[in-house]
Amino acid sequence: MPEAAVTHHGVHPGTHIPRLQHHFDTMAQQKEAVTLGMWVFLVTEIMFFGGMFCAYMIYRMWHYDGFVAASRELDLTLGAINTVVLIGSSLTVALGVHAAQVGKTKPLVSYLLLTGVLGLVFLVIKYFEYSSKFELHEAHHAAAMVRLFPGAGWFEVTGDLAPIAGEMRLFMVLYFALTGMHALHMIIGIGILAVILWMAMKGEFTPGWYAPVEIFGLYWHFVDIVWIFLFPLLYLVNRHG
Amino acid sequence: MSTPVIGTDSAVGAPALPSRHYLNETTGWKSWLLTTDHKRIGLLYLITITGFFFLGGFFALLVRLQLLNPTGGLMTPDVYNRAFTMHGVIMVFFFLIPSIPATLGNFLIPIMIGAKDLAFPKINLLSWYLLVIGGVFGLASLGGGGVDTGWTFYTPYSSMSSNSRVLTGAIGVFISGFSSILTGLNFIVTIHRMRAPGMTWFRLPLFVWSHYATSLIMVLGTPVVAISILLVAFERVLRVGIFDPTIGGDPVLFQHLFWFYSHPAVYIMVLPGMGVISELVAAYSRKNIFGYSFVAFSSLAIAVVGFLVWGHHMFVAGETPYSALLFSAISYLVAIPSAIKTFNWTATLYKGSISYQTPMLYAFGFLGLFLMGGLTGLFLAAVGLDVHVHDTYFVVAHFHYIMVGGTLMAYLGGLHYWWPKISGKLYPEGWSKLSALIVFVGFNLTFFPQFIVGYLGMPRRYAMYPPEFQVYNVLSTAGATILGVGYVLPMVYFTWSWFRGRPAGDNPWGVKGLEWQTTSPPPTFNFDRTPIVTDATHLYGHAEEVKVA
Repeated sequence: MPEAAVTHHGVHPGTHIPRLQHHFDTMAQQKEAVTLGMWVFLVTEIMFFGGMFCAYMIYRMWHYDGFVAASRELDLTLGAINTVVLIGSSLTVALGVHAAQVGKTKPLVSYLLLTGVLGLVFLVIKYFEYSSKFELHEAHHAAAMVRLFPGAGWFEVTGDLAPIAGEMRLFMVLYFALTGMHALHMIIGIGILAVILWMAMKGEFTPGWYAPVEIFGLYWHFVDIVWIFLFPLLYLVNRHG
Repeated sequence: MSTPVIGTDSAVGAPALPSRHYLNETTGWKSWLLTTDHKRIGLLYLITITGFFFLGGFFALLVRLQLLNPTGGLMTPDVYNRAFTMHGVIMVFFFLIPSIPATLGNFLIPIMIGAKDLAFPKINLLSWYLLVIGGVFGLASLGGGGVDTGWTFYTPYSSMSSNSRVLTGAIGVFISGFSSILTGLNFIVTIHRMRAPGMTWFRLPLFVWSHYATSLIMVLGTPVVAISILLVAFERVLRVGIFDPTIGGDPVLFQHLFWFYSHPAVYIMVLPGMGVISELVAAYSRKNIFGYSFVAFSSLAIAVVGFLVWGHHMFVAGETPYSALLFSAISYLVAIPSAIKTFNWTATLYKGSISYQTPMLYAFGFLGLFLMGGLTGLFLAAVGLDVHVHDTYFVVAHFHYIMVGGTLMAYLGGLHYWWPKISGKLYPEGWSKLSALIVFVGFNLTFFPQFIVGYLGMPRRYAMYPPEFQVYNVLSTAGATILGVGYVLPMVYFTWSWFRGRPAGDNPWGVKGLEWQTTSPPPTFNFDRTPIVTDATHLYGHAEEVKVA
């Protein structure tokens, strides 16, 4: 039997290093673990949205006309503004992570604050976009009246678009499901951001320990990337005519 | 083998419990409900899923009693629908999926790799709470009259027609899904980042490999069923019509999304069982597993290929012949890694010093029953034959051979094998052998006749059947009764052993593996010192090291 070897770095090596949880041996191991954990979580999120993207693409192939017509009823301007807002917030969160890395608390707080504000701007714009879908109005690109919220008792399409009303309704279901889930992720993200901001203001982050900022950044970028796919798929792909 | 030998040696004198261990370190209900110790959380899971198991078993009993007579008579068809649905929902989502990973996996993985805990202890506790909350929703749907859609929640029945508590039940499944995702995430990170010095990938116990593969499925598959169930909920509440054919939606799309998870979920259930069997076969043959790396990679192969076979559940749901052929061919491929495992377990026995303790009896049971379950899976993967036996008792028998004959046998075997480690006590050997025998006999009597009656054409999920099928159903019900006894027995003697059992000593089986090198029960942080590993887990090269219990 080869020599039985044991290390002697103690029963609770973590108790001496602040921020090192008891079950990790080193800060590096802890950081690698939490970062990997976030990446694995994001893989899960990709699959979560993936189910809906898959449904969207199948239905789009089957019901092309209805999807084109409904897509044109979305508000391109608001969607485009929101895209810019979100990309901007990705920039600020990246700058925030950098500030945390080099231990500059003041810029960290400002960048996080700015990120939160941009996130809220996105949600406010989304609110106005959603509420217009509950009103009966003239279609932008056809001689028809539409009320696009797909719930029973709400959805209504008359005039030229009536023959493809069912297909349009399917598009709107997926629109609300996809953007609704995205908005929910934004809201959760802003909640987490509030906690991170609070911690940053108390000066808890140091160049030696800023993992929460970094993994929050990963989450925020992910939510942005989902929108980067949603925007062209929902608003843009049918605008060539 | 060179893992450090720590603690007392059971061969010297009568073993006693260590003075300090994870069970007596802290006391009080708070120390359990707020614990972040993976071992305690494993026990919380054990108690929870045992409850669900007997609840699900109760519904199985109702189903079997109803089918004693061709005309039913115990329940109305509507109640019968709820009984088999609740049996399926509870057994699949609240027992089988968490079973081995959440109890044995939770307890053992950190110890097996020489870590103090899982990477995210609080998330581990959260996942137990999620299972409990999901379970509460499940029970609430039961209290409101149950669900009658079948465990598959097929649309448009679940979304439009059913008047039962579909929404509550679906929310329960949705929430418990997140429990499973977080468990998988925790295992993946733990196995990647928490291994003790020297514990390389190819020294890992195969139990850990199979849990790694399982975790991949949990993380990749579960979110897809989560979103499909959420879409069903939208449809039910808002009547939006996403799976409604009258506006161009497609109910079969739900089946695709559902099985994209739920077929791999079969491997969530069986892969951990395979991991247990790899440990048992090696331990009780006193041999390292034959073809270790093949067995390790076959777990990953099953996880990967398992994601590409879901279409074989829809051969008769209007699939094109081309995709049916493709899904059929890929389904056959799953047989290869499964066969590699089975052959390698058998080859491990060759020239091994086999001891016939209770866990090994379960392992033998697994080998035979899994073989039958697996081979009948090939029948179902064949497009033409599947048209004949689709939705018959043949299918029911097939997946019960895998889920009960495979997973549950492995779970019980594993529970016996690691019970001395978990509780620090020995279980009564005579009673446990008797119960293993009862389970084996009862199981085969229950499910073997179902192969025959299914092949003869008895459809599943019907409350009544033609009288010529009665003999098979009577046999099946008789078997289920015996099986029930076989399941109640271990619960009784494990409970007895917990309080009254003889202290087991640190290594009652005289086997290797890090979990046997610490005390029984282990201390809160598993090892007094971080172990350094210099060899693979089950190398029994030197006869003088082997201590037979």
